[in-house]
Amino acid sequence: MAYSEKVMDHFSHPRNVGKMDDADGIGEVGNARCGDIMKMYIKVDDGVISDVSFNTFGCASAIATSSIATEMIKGKPIGEALALTNRAVVEALDGLPPAKIHCSVLAEQAVKSAIVDYYNRNGIDYDKEEFALCDDCEHCQLD
Amino acid sequence: MRQVYADNAATTAVSPSVLEAMLPYFSEYYGNPSSLHSYGQKTAAAMDEARATIAHCLGCRPGELYITSGGTEADNWAIASTARLSARKGKKHLITTKFEHHALLHTMEEMEKEGFTVTYLDVHEDGLIRLEELAEAIRPDTALVSIMYANNEIGTIQPIAEIGKLCREKEVYFHTDAVQAAGHLPINVEEQSIDMLSLSAHKFYGPKGVGVLYCRRTVPIYNLIYGGGQERGKRPGTENPAAIVGMAVALKEACEAMATDMPRVAALRDKLIAGLLAIPRSRLNGHPVKRLPGNANFAFEGIEGESLLLSLDLKGIAASSGSACTSGSLDPSHVLLAIGLTHEVAHGSLRLSLSHYNTEEDVDYILAETPAIVANLRSISPVWERLMNEKE
Repeated sequence: MAYSEKVMDHFSHPRNVGKMDDADGIGEVGNARCGDIMKMYIKVDDGVISDVSFNTFGCASAIATSSIATEMIKGKPIGEALALTNRAVVEALDGLPPAKIHCSVLAEQAVKSAIVDYYNRNGIDYDKEEFALCDDCEHCQLD
Repeated sequence: MRQVYADNAATTAVSPSVLEAMLPYFSEYYGNPSSLHSYGQKTAAAMDEARATIAHCLGCRPGELYITSGGTEADNWAIASTARLSARKGKKHLITTKFEHHALLHTMEEMEKEGFTVTYLDVHEDGLIRLEELAEAIRPDTALVSIMYANNEIGTIQPIAEIGKLCREKEVYFHTDAVQAAGHLPINVEEQSIDMLSLSAHKFYGPKGVGVLYCRRTVPIYNLIYGGGQERGKRPGTENPAAIVGMAVALKEACEAMATDMPRVAALRDKLIAGLLAIPRSRLNGHPVKRLPGNANFAFEGIEGESLLLSLDLKGIAASSGSACTSGSLDPSHVLLAIGLTHEVAHGSLRLSLSHYNTEEDVDYILAETPAIVANLRSISPVWERLMNEKE
């Protein structure tokens, strides 16, 4: 199991890190029991994600996937951010070891979860089918 | 940047004198020890001497030693052989602990599939078994008790002589996985009433890929593999004289240096432990005193072990973690769970294991770098944020 240089770069120098006090949406996915929690904060202006930050408890790939996901959605319209897939996250990091793919899923879920929170806060309707959130992810189905 | 190797429980560097002793057996004295000509007899004699040296270090006879490929094979062999032979006499119960090495636990699981019943003793919060619980667990049909001498993760040392005495009284065979103990703690199979013992050379400055199963002459043993007459027909296959000679030299050196090395290493360990305990919300895993001289195992709340491990590596410090991410499974270390840590805390574990090559400067460097790394990972951790909010 070896990490790409890109993963190590984002792990050792994470981008957009930290709590955001005036966030418009906050998403939290994963659980500490299985070793990964991602919390993502977004600021939305005119339907565009004007700012984003994260806090993550987890392994190097969990930190790296959160970091690169924030870069990939910053400045993007919500629709584009919602289209972010875990596959795209993996590719942007030049790959992840097979055992770490779930971290990229968490990153995708964290983005979606933050957007759902933004929708809920603002009474915006959304298609729930589109948001299969972390509760459905097998990784965390422990006990 | 300073480089500090603090993962000696994983493996150690081969000592220069061990390497020197091994080198002639690759291309100078390369005869097959089973050959009758002088080439073969040269290596056969060297192996006999090596065997005698190892026997002297363990307090047994050379004829009670079987050279194996390492600790895993020795553990597998001891358990499977004793269990299956005892089953012929109707004894189908085995006793071990919850926090053995997987070489032991996975062999036990195989035995369960073969119809054996296995009792897994609790190791309690201090990482030690309780003798009275062992005494209660022993039944008329108990074939074998297998309890590790010192734990590979948290370093706790079991009361081996007392366990041996109890097993002897109850007429049950006693095996101990001494992979972490050999060369680091005193071993005498007679005084400690040990019937079978596993060790591995690379844990005490010897080469990888070679180990020993000690099996008392009165304990029957049967083959796991079949072939020629090596190891008295019990473990066939052409021997690796270089490795065997290296293992003997390494064990002799380690045992001779034990009286001076161990207190020095333990002092470094204690300095390391005291320094790391100064980090808020950190805990030492395992017993404070009854632990291997080089072992310091910590849990840092609010962070995950693999991140910590890789951050230390970026600073030149090599360590190990019991987090799920380093084990390749979803669960963190079974050892840490066995001593009662929650999953959350166990994910944030760090094992530093020192050797006699480590210096006080190494410890100072670890203590200088670790607090900032822990603080940095905590600063981005939602778990830590939650812990701090709960505190307020």
